[in-house]
Amino acid sequence: MTVLGFFNYWVVVILMMIGFYCVIARGNMVKKIMGLNLFQTSVFILFVSAGKIVGGATPIVREGVEVYSNPLPHVIVLTAIVVGVAITAVGLALTVRIQEAYGTIEDDHLGDDIDDEED
Amino acid sequence: MTLLEFMPFIVLIPLIASGIVALLPGRNLPWLVTLLAATASAVIAAVVLPAAISEPALSYPFGNWPPPFGIEYRVDAANAFVALLVSGMAAITLLWAPKSVASEIHGRLGTFYALFLLALAGLLGITLTGDAFNVFVFLEISSLATYTLIAYGKDRRALLAAFRYLIMGTVGATFLLIGIAFLYMVTGTLNMADLAERLPELRDNNAVRAALAFIIVGMGLKLALLPLHLWLPNAYAYAPNFVTVFLAGTATKVALYVMLRFIFTVFSPDYSFVVLPLSTVLMVLAVAGMFAGSWVAMFQIHLKRMLAYSSIAQVGYMVLGVSLATATGLTAAFLHLFNHALIKTALFMAIGCVMYRTGSAKLDDLRGLGRQMPWTLTAFALAGLSIIGVPTTAGFISKWYLVLASIEAGAWWLVVLVLITSLMAVYYIWRVIEAAWFSERPAGAAPVPEAPLALLVPTWLVVALNFYFGLDTRLTVGASMAAADALLGSGAGLP
Amino acid sequence: MTWLPQLSPFTIVLIPMVGALAIALTAGSTRAGFAISWLTSAAFLVSVWGLAGPVVSGEVVEQAVWELLPGMAIAFSIEPLGMLFALLAATLWILATPYAIGYMTHGGYSSLARFFACYAIALGAAAGIAFADNLLTMFVFYEILSVSTYPLVAHDGTGKAKRGARTYLALLLLTSIGFWLPAMIWTWAATGSMTFTSGGIMAGQVDPAVGAILLILFMFGTGKAALMPFHRWLPAAMVAPTPVSALLHAVAVVKAGVFVVLKLAIYIFGLDYLKTLWSTDFVLYVATFTMLVASLIAMHQDNLKARLAYSTVSQLSYIVIGAMLATQLAAIGGGMHMLMHGFGKITLFFCAGAIYLASKKTRVSELDGLGRRMPITMAAFFIGAMCVIGLPPTGGLWSKWHLVSGAYDSGYALVLAAYLLSTLLNIAYLLPPVLRAFLKPLPAGESAGIKEAPWLCVIPLSLTALGTLVLFFLAQSGFELMAGIFSGVNG
Repeated sequence: MTVLGFFNYWVVVILMMIGFYCVIARGNMVKKIMGLNLFQTSVFILFVSAGKIVGGATPIVREGVEVYSNPLPHVIVLTAIVVGVAITAVGLALTVRIQEAYGTIEDDHLGDDIDDEED
Repeated sequence: MTLLEFMPFIVLIPLIASGIVALLPGRNLPWLVTLLAATASAVIAAVVLPAAISEPALSYPFGNWPPPFGIEYRVDAANAFVALLVSGMAAITLLWAPKSVASEIHGRLGTFYALFLLALAGLLGITLTGDAFNVFVFLEISSLATYTLIAYGKDRRALLAAFRYLIMGTVGATFLLIGIAFLYMVTGTLNMADLAERLPELRDNNAVRAALAFIIVGMGLKLALLPLHLWLPNAYAYAPNFVTVFLAGTATKVALYVMLRFIFTVFSPDYSFVVLPLSTVLMVLAVAGMFAGSWVAMFQIHLKRMLAYSSIAQVGYMVLGVSLATATGLTAAFLHLFNHALIKTALFMAIGCVMYRTGSAKLDDLRGLGRQMPWTLTAFALAGLSIIGVPTTAGFISKWYLVLASIEAGAWWLVVLVLITSLMAVYYIWRVIEAAWFSERPAGAAPVPEAPLALLVPTWLVVALNFYFGLDTRLTVGASMAAADALLGSGAGLP
Repeated sequence: MTWLPQLSPFTIVLIPMVGALAIALTAGSTRAGFAISWLTSAAFLVSVWGLAGPVVSGEVVEQAVWELLPGMAIAFSIEPLGMLFALLAATLWILATPYAIGYMTHGGYSSLARFFACYAIALGAAAGIAFADNLLTMFVFYEILSVSTYPLVAHDGTGKAKRGARTYLALLLLTSIGFWLPAMIWTWAATGSMTFTSGGIMAGQVDPAVGAILLILFMFGTGKAALMPFHRWLPAAMVAPTPVSALLHAVAVVKAGVFVVLKLAIYIFGLDYLKTLWSTDFVLYVATFTMLVASLIAMHQDNLKARLAYSTVSQLSYIVIGAMLATQLAAIGGGMHMLMHGFGKITLFFCAGAIYLASKKTRVSELDGLGRRMPITMAAFFIGAMCVIGLPPTGGLWSKWHLVSGAYDSGYALVLAAYLLSTLLNIAYLLPPVLRAFLKPLPAGESAGIKEAPWLCVIPLSLTALGTLVLFFLAQSGFELMAGIFSGVNG
């Protein structure tokens, strides 16, 4: 019961770890951004599940419904999604520019230390 | 109707102006509007600060929704001080901007300055808001704008630096969000003052502990506290000089403020330092940062990177003050927050002047430049005195309080460490001075004229401020004490 | 001397600083720079002497310039010891100015504007130290003095000069920031005061165990007093052009060091409190050791300037010992030795520079027969040497007399013996150059072209030599001036 009862949290943790692993371990910049997205999504789920009330309906006022889920987390997550999309956009834009400037988006091909580059 | 009621406009003016500036054509008009907006913010912040010191806390509910439900701007001495610093430094660096930007960025500048205003609005928003989630939103606004500003750098490495900062910054911000989520789950509120009231009942709740840990790590990343500092050197080194100057004076300072706000107001020092061993953790990291930053700075040949590492060390000083968890320690942290902004801005401005003429920030290319650009390098030397902490400079005042706080806490070894790292600062500043004045110009180097007045005057203005605040400490010390009181006071009333 | 203008201490400190700025701005015109140097040193001399009258008559000249933080101010007040130091620096500066002009122009040096500007700043800083009313003010000017003299030491711009200058600055900053600054902060934390007060501020406030540590921090922190093992900067500084070695590293900088030691002993620790500390004896014996060892090293230096530098290290320890004996007589003797040694040593350095300028000779072993070609210089060297040794009819006799009596009174037999032994050593290393110059024949094949150095150099060194003789007769007024320090304490 307890394991299953925390089902949503397990999803959050697993998603978070997958995302975090992607960000750290992947050299490809697009994959890094994908990892970042997963990572953020897990937090969104965390928020949403916090607002869920057992037996509660969607938070829209209508006839015959007494218990609503908490609407605040939804609003928050909406904002956070917007932020996440913006970050993805900027990240991808930067990736394009890096591809133009360096000819690659693989961290490994860029060399370990960008400080050694002479100009 | 006084200016006080315009408090929310400290944030709103840059935010709205950024939309306008983005559409403006040409190169001078966007700058002018940006300067006006930043100055307006700074003026309002300057009016708000005295009121925030003398009165308990100013509150402005957005859309007239009363605080625990709606979003609230809540201003006390602590954030009024930081807001004044950020908006003031923005206005001053903008004075310096035109020439420097002209040499680095081509085409119309509407977007560039719009992004700058967004970054500014974000930083100010973080500072003034009383809502935990709002902190996250503003943090991301300023961060996004900052990534883009860094990517404007001429060097192609700026792109990589921006990308890496984006990855690390987003992870940090998401950590903050996780922390806020935990707090929300256990308390059902996002308002900081409300959180502060509800958290004491939940002292033993693991989610609360996790929340604090996530928030500290998230803000530690933004703050460039030691093991989380990796993004900073390259970001500062390859960003356009104007952006570096602005970020060095403001970005990490705001991150520190957020950390303080959570540690002291939301969680109360009683919880942060007694229930959790935060004091030890922060102290160890601060000392490690002071040493590692200064040590690496001593061997950098790229001067912007050198100053960036020095910043990491200076962040260490601030966090050290915090880790003492006393009123004097916090005062020291706030003082250094303010003074370091002045110091680093001046240093980066001077290096920016050098780069304007020579196009290089390498130590070797600086050799013998002292006679060709005497005003610029004298400014660097004087600001260098301030970072070393020579009496009559602003840097001395903050170090003095830091040392005093260490003595009060009976931690003599900290005094020794602070002094040793000061000596390390002497070394890395001295290398520059020696190269500039006591080395010959490299053979074949073209003679370089002095930097233009448009750059020199603002640089010297900040240098002068360094000395002014080293001599007249009423404003800084008074405001820092009030800020420390504001943070400690709100926690002290709790059981 | 009531007819002289009486300016406030801060104004006097600012005179050389403003002069330095003016010199820096005339970087294009060497002649204008020289004129301003003359003008500044003259104005400085007049204004410092102008304050002598009031101070001698017991008036307290005080000035609070600025309060940084509550209880922490940049402030000045002049007491006899500081007056003496300022008078010494001002008087010798006006003599060193022509010497420096002559030396630098005939020696073919460049960057003269930087040189004379830094020279002036250093003197202003020395005055700041002399007039300081509290530890903070003293620290500020102490550091200005360290930093402003770096360009002077590194003036040649050669690798050797830069290495020497780096050692110089590194040691001075290391000791002052590493030891002095924490000691100052500790003092403030413990007593709540940093102000120089007659009789000291520590008695009854600071536990003698803590006071003992503070004393060690302060004494080794005052790197300019050149206590071993922090004396290396002084020989290292000898790469500087001789006018720098003469005025700064025989007078302004090193005397600032011992002045700080005396001032701390008298006005921060207080002599009575000092006697109760165990570390007083420790510092005393370190100073004794320094005095003897430096003398021994000096004997083996063939380079004339290096020999004089080690001699200075040794003589500085005379004064530190005087302070650590913690008797009024010895402390006054220390103050007088500051004065006498200043005149004597600057003469010796002036001579060393004049010899170098005229003959390019830097070694003692090359001086054979030089007395016949440069009689005035070598005669002045002889008088200066007598003063440093402490022989009549020079002022050096009286200061050593008081130091030795102080040691005798306080019963430190070992110190007494060391004083006497050191004086013999002084003779052993200072007289050989004179003997070689006058008694040995010129080596064969020596070029006949060597003659006296330019008059701009010879006149100042003659005047300072004369000064040591005059001081022999004026010593009593110096003693009375300084006795005023203690009149307030013991009636």
